[in-house]
Amino acid sequence: MDSKEIGSGSSGADLLREIERLRAEKEELESRIHLLEAQIKPRGAAEDKSGSCSLSSLSCSQMNGATISCLSPEMIHRYSRHLLLPDFGVEGQLKLSKSSILVVGAGGLGSPVAMYLVACGVGCLGIVDSDIVELNNLHRQIIHTEAYAGQSKVKSAASSCHAINSSVKLVEHREALQAVNALDIVSKYDIVVDATDNLPSRYMISDCCVLLDKPLVSGAALGLEGQLTVYNYNGGPCYRCLFPTPPPSAACQRCSDSGVLGVVPGVIGCLQALEAIKVASAVKIRGRSPACLICGENAAFTREIFQSFDYENFTQSPMSDKSSEKLNLIPESSRITAIPKSMNIPLSNLEDKLSTIHSALKQAAQDSGKCASLFVVCRRGNDSQRAVDYLSKNGFPLAKDISSEKLNLIPESSRITGKEYNEIVNTGEPHVLVDVRPVHHFKIAAIPKSMNIPLSNLEDKLSTIHSALKQAAQDSGKCASLFVVCRRGNDSQRAVDYLSKNGFPLAKDIVGGLQSWSQDVDHTFPSY
Amino acid sequence: MTEEPKDTCDVIGSQKTNPSRDKDLAPYIKIKVLFFARARDLTGSTELCLEMPDGSTARDCMNKLLIEFPNLREIYNSMVLALNEEYAPESTILRNKDELAIIPPISGG
Ligand SMILES: [Zn+2]
Repeated sequence: MDSKEIGSGSSGADLLREIERLRAEKEELESRIHLLEAQIKPRGAAEDKSGSCSLSSLSCSQMNGATISCLSPEMIHRYSRHLLLPDFGVEGQLKLSKSSILVVGAGGLGSPVAMYLVACGVGCLGIVDSDIVELNNLHRQIIHTEAYAGQSKVKSAASSCHAINSSVKLVEHREALQAVNALDIVSKYDIVVDATDNLPSRYMISDCCVLLDKPLVSGAALGLEGQLTVYNYNGGPCYRCLFPTPPPSAACQRCSDSGVLGVVPGVIGCLQALEAIKVASAVKIRGRSPACLICGENAAFTREIFQSFDYENFTQSPMSDKSSEKLNLIPESSRITAIPKSMNIPLSNLEDKLSTIHSALKQAAQDSGKCASLFVVCRRGNDSQRAVDYLSKNGFPLAKDISSEKLNLIPESSRITGKEYNEIVNTGEPHVLVDVRPVHHFKIAAIPKSMNIPLSNLEDKLSTIHSALKQAAQDSGKCASLFVVCRRGNDSQRAVDYLSKNGFPLAKDIVGGLQSWSQDVDHTFPSY
Repeated sequence: MTEEPKDTCDVIGSQKTNPSRDKDLAPYIKIKVLFFARARDLTGSTELCLEMPDGSTARDCMNKLLIEFPNLREIYNSMVLALNEEYAPESTILRNKDELAIIPPISGG
């Protein structure tokens, strides 16, 4: 490969173009390597291109150097430590190498599942996922690397798997597994691993495995906890035997809302890989429920019913954060009560309704003769943040999220912007900055010299604030001001409201919190 | 993940309210209850000890817990019980020092 010297005078745009060109070249080379490799491998030659995972070409007679054991010398060398295990041995390895496993989800659980199954020598591994790699996935989704940020998770996972063990057949399904395509995809595999992150997918995958009689290795992880179950295997139960009724959506938080310690899905995923290997190499488990609607004695669940079953509606929760349009969850709750003159655009429809928002803003501007602002509200402030994030990247950079119940909690005079606060810092004006976020948030990042008093403790810490103000005033010989900041500017308003009624009438909050601070003032300040 | 084993835990039962009852006349058993995932959020504890009349079932235990923690109803229809680390139906009769785990599904990944 010819290398090109990149001069120090190159502009950023030149470098980006060069990176693009090299990436394209690398992809082209990789695909050529794949092709050539397929020609060398005896089993690769007969491979079909339909994305199926039939391993008929792996039969012993076609194996190179077939011995009684039916393992090639390469395989014996590679998997020698498996073969040394009395309970696994050649038989276990052979069965594993003839099995095909589908991993649904290439995230925190799917990462170790896919990596271990491939490393251990599964015959064929299918990976299904429609997501793209994001940097905030990488703390737990260890199959992905920074270089793949913004690219398909399936592509990234397949590339890692190929790098680990190029003799395993990999099938990439770059789509979401849904009732409409699940039968088709799942039927091509022997075993299914549920490594998804949501409830509707779990019911859908379990039902599908019952219909197709596939064993299902299911894992889940959240926070510091995980669950592992093998369903529909050796007369064992299905997901609905255990959980016939979906829990209310409040009871099933997502990692994106509640957080997860990176290692936890890693541990569960490793256990899933282990169970999948046990099933594949046929190395036991509670009886199914006779009353189960899906796998029970009187079950009348057909493929047709499966394909038209609305799992999101059944579980009252979305299959993905970028949820599908048909989902009717948000409108229902917003019908209960709404702020006058607010317009209802469910988060799931936001993408299609940008023009509606645009027209509404135009109308508001025309009516008033002034530029109109855009605010977003939801029930608890999570979805509105997602919406603002999306809007800000799609033509509405000034959209702001508000917390539903406290619209205009404190007067404008009690607020300053991040830029104004920055001025105060730069001019050395004496002040105290109180950060009212929870302690564990404060530890992530904080404005220098701010003092952390979580909103929940504010009542007990008034004297601390008092002393700090007094100290600042003594040091400077001038009166010191009091400012309050939080993550997004809601709690700081509540704090200022409380402070103003409890001896600190001049307290001010920083509009938009640290999020605005990071956007408007200190771009190096981490947003989280 | 498992918590560190504790010798003592909060006791909910009739002993507090009726310390003088005669144990021979009304035999009681002690059940250790473990709360996982959402159940822990709703009750605010990881485990507690429950005093139940001899012959009580897992369902009796649940009924007592639902009185103590009414918001457990949120997951009551979608959880499984494990008795001494094995799934068990609500009709199972409990014995002294049994460990009953309340396990709601989690869905993250
Ligand atoms: Zn079932």
